[in-house]
Amino acid sequence: MIRRAVAFIDERSGSASFVRKALRYAFPDHWSFLLGEVALYAFVVLVATGIYLTLFFEPSTAKTIYHGSYAPLHGMKMSKAYASAISLSFDVKAGLLIRQTHHWAADVFVAAIVIHLIRVFFTGAYRKPRELTYVIGVLLLFTVLLEGYLGYSMVDDLLSGMGLAIGYGVALSIPFVGANLALAIWGHPFPGDPDFWSRMYIAHVLIFPVLIGALLGAHLALVASRHHTQFKPRRVNGERKLIGVPTFPGQAPRSLGLFLAVAAVLVLLGGLVQINPIWLWGPYHVGSATNGAQPDWYLGWLIGALRLMPSFDVVIANRTVVPNPFWGGILFPLVVMAALLAWPWLERRARGDRATHNVLDRPRDAPVRTAIGAGFLTWVVLIFMAGASDRVLVFLNVSYASQIDFYRVAIWVLPLIVGLLAWRLCLGLKAKEAVEHDQRAAVRSARRAPPPAGSYPSRAAIGAAPPRGPSAGRTKRRG
Amino acid sequence: MKIGPKALALLTALGFLRGGGRRRPPQRIVPEGSSDRRAELLVAILLFGAAACAVMFVVVYALDWPNQTQYLGLCLGVALALIALALFVTGERIIVTEHLEEDYPPPGDPEEEAALAQIAGESAGPITRRRLLTGAAGAAGAALGIALVVPAASLGPVLDTESLYSSPWHRGRRLVGEDGKPYRAADIETESFYTAYPEAFVDREELAAPLIVVRLEPSQLELPPGREDWAPQGIVAYSKICTHAACAIALYRTPRFPEAEPGPALVCPCHYSTFNPATGGTVEFGPAGRDLPQLPLMVDAAGYLRAAANFSGPVGPSFWGVRTRRPSA
Repeated sequence: MIRRAVAFIDERSGSASFVRKALRYAFPDHWSFLLGEVALYAFVVLVATGIYLTLFFEPSTAKTIYHGSYAPLHGMKMSKAYASAISLSFDVKAGLLIRQTHHWAADVFVAAIVIHLIRVFFTGAYRKPRELTYVIGVLLLFTVLLEGYLGYSMVDDLLSGMGLAIGYGVALSIPFVGANLALAIWGHPFPGDPDFWSRMYIAHVLIFPVLIGALLGAHLALVASRHHTQFKPRRVNGERKLIGVPTFPGQAPRSLGLFLAVAAVLVLLGGLVQINPIWLWGPYHVGSATNGAQPDWYLGWLIGALRLMPSFDVVIANRTVVPNPFWGGILFPLVVMAALLAWPWLERRARGDRATHNVLDRPRDAPVRTAIGAGFLTWVVLIFMAGASDRVLVFLNVSYASQIDFYRVAIWVLPLIVGLLAWRLCLGLKAKEAVEHDQRAAVRSARRAPPPAGSYPSRAAIGAAPPRGPSAGRTKRRG
Repeated sequence: MKIGPKALALLTALGFLRGGGRRRPPQRIVPEGSSDRRAELLVAILLFGAAACAVMFVVVYALDWPNQTQYLGLCLGVALALIALALFVTGERIIVTEHLEEDYPPPGDPEEEAALAQIAGESAGPITRRRLLTGAAGAAGAALGIALVVPAASLGPVLDTESLYSSPWHRGRRLVGEDGKPYRAADIETESFYTAYPEAFVDREELAAPLIVVRLEPSQLELPPGREDWAPQGIVAYSKICTHAACAIALYRTPRFPEAEPGPALVCPCHYSTFNPATGGTVEFGPAGRDLPQLPLMVDAAGYLRAAANFSGPVGPSFWGVRTRRPSA
C-alpha cells in the first residue's frame, strides 16, 4: 500500500531520491540549535492568527461612534480601525484570544531571533561557508522589527498613534530626503492621508509577510545546503563529518513537538496573560499623549537611543540640516545593522582566516570575538534600558535627568569593562582547561607506567574524585 | 528485538509510516529499537487528553461563559501542550534514536564553477562591440528603473513640502477647549495646563491645531525680545506638538521646591524633551533641537483668548531645510 502510494508520486515527480535524502538529513543535537526553530514556529503562529484577525479588522480612519459591548467607550468618536480592533476583542468569540496570541507571538518571535543571533555570534556559526545565511538572518531581524511596528501601529489606539508620531518624526529627520519621504509614506503631513492606513495594512498583511517568508525560505535553504554546524564531536573530524539525528524518524517528533510546545505557550499566554489592552488607552488624537508609554519590547532600544541623544541638531545658516531624531532613530540602528553585517568579513580579515568552518567555537575559544560581542551587546542593552527610564521614574521615583546622565556615561564605559572581563574570563577558562588537560595526560601516563615508589600522584591534588574501587577514577571521562 | 506492532500502529496513526512487519526490506535502513509499552500507553493517554481539551474548547466556544477568553486559551493551550508532550515522549522513548554520520558537502565544486565561467565567457564570444552594448543595456536598465519608480511620487506631495508649514491659526481666532467652548483669560489658572484648539476649525487632527496654554506670574516671564506683548496677564500658548518627534506635550512640571528643579516646564512624555514656557519655549533638557513654537495671544473686550498672529516658527518635528519662519495660514 505505502509502496504503491510512494511509487505513484515518484513516477510522476521523480522525488523519491530527494525525499529520501531529506528524511535522512542529520540534525546535530544541542539545545541551542532549537532557538531558530522557535522563531520559525512563532512565525507560523503569527501567520495563522494574523489571517484570522484580517477577517475582522477594518483598516480605515473613517470616523464612527462606538456602540459595542465595552461600556466605557460608548458614544465615543473613533476611527473604524480602532473600533473594529475593540469589537474583535469583545464581540467576536475567540477574537481576543487570537489577538493576544498574535501579539505575544510577535514578541516571542523577535526574542527568539535575537537570542538565536546571539548564539550564532558567540559560537562563530556565521563563518565560511555560512556568511550568506547569516546576512539574510540579520536582514530578517530588521524586516521583522518593521513588521512588528506596523502591526501595533495599525490599531489606532493612543499608544499606536504615539508610536506613529515618533515614526513620522524619525522619517522627517532623514537628511536631504526626510520631508519628501515622510510625505510620500503618509501622503499628507501627520497624521496623514486616509490612504496611509491602507498602505500600512497592505504592508503589514502582505508585503512584509511575503518578504519575511522569502527571506526565511532562503535562510533555511542555505542552512540545509551547507548543513548544520555542530560542536566538536568526540570521535570524528567534525569539519568533515557531521553527526546528528536524522529528520525522520528521530528529529520529526521532536521538532513537531517543539512547534506544538511553542504554539501551546503562545496560546496560553494569549488566553491568560493580558497584553496591550487597547480599550484602556482610548483612541489617538494628535493632541493627546500619556506618560510612561512604552512600545513593544523590541523597539525599546530605539526609544532609548532617542532619549539619550542630547539636544543637538546640525543647523547651518538658520536651516536645520540634520534633525535630532536621525541620530537615535536612524543612525543608531543602521550602525548596529552595519556592524552585524560587516562582522564576518571584519573577523576574516583580522584573523586572516579563509578556511571553511563546520565546527563551532565555544565562546572561550575566541576570546577577542567574545569580548567584542559582549561589549557590543552591553552597549545595545544599556541603550535599551535607557528606554525604560520613564518607568523607573514612575515606579521607583529615581530622577529622570540623573538616570539619563548616568546612561550617557555608562553606555561608553561599561561595554569596555564588560568586554575586558569577558576576555579575561575566556583566557582564564582556557588556561584552566589546558591545566586540566595536562593533568589528565599525567594521570593517564601515570596509570600506564607503574608509579615510582613514594611518588604516587595525589588524586585530590589533580581535582579528581577519590577512587571508589580499583577501576574508578577518571577513565570514563572524555579524553 | 523487533519494533512493537503497537508502536507501528501508533506511527501509522500519526501518519508517519505505513506497512506491517511482514514484508521486510532487504536491509534495514532505520535500526531496530526496543519497544516500550509503558511509553506507548503514556502517549495514548496524552493524546486522548489533548482530544478532550480540544473538545472542551469547542464546548466553551459554543457556550457563553464569562471569562471565555481565558477558558478558550486554557483549553487550546493545554491541548497543544499535551500533543507536544506526546511527541516528545514518542521521540525519546518510542522512536529509535540513531545518530547518523554524514559527510559535510564540499565547499564548492571547482569543475562546475569553471564550467559556469566558461559558459558565460563563450556565450559572449561573438560580441565585438562589448562596451557599446554594455552601455546601451545600462542606459536601458537605468531609464526603465527610473520610469518604474517615478509613479511612487503619486503617493504624496513628494516635492512640495510647503504643507509642513501650514497652520490654522491667524490673528483674531479664538481658543476653544476640547468641548468647543471658547476660553476666557479668567478660565486659565496657574499651575495647570489647558489644551486649546482653533475655534470653528474642523480638523483638530492637524499637527498645528492643538495648543498648550499655561498661566505664569507676569514677573516670571523672560520672553525673547519682540514677544513682550505675546502673553497677556502672563498667559502663554505654545504648539502642543513636540519639535522632536511629534508627540503631544502632556506634562506640565510646576516645581514646589525650586532649589531641586528649575521653574515650570512643559515636558513631552515620549522622550522627555523639556521646554521652558517662561522664556519662549526654549529647550531645557532632552533631545529636542528646536524651540517650541509660541502663539502670540491677546484678550478681546469680552475677555476671550484670541490668537494675535501665527506661531513664532514651524510646528512639529524638524526636517531637512526647515527654517524658523512663521507658518502660513
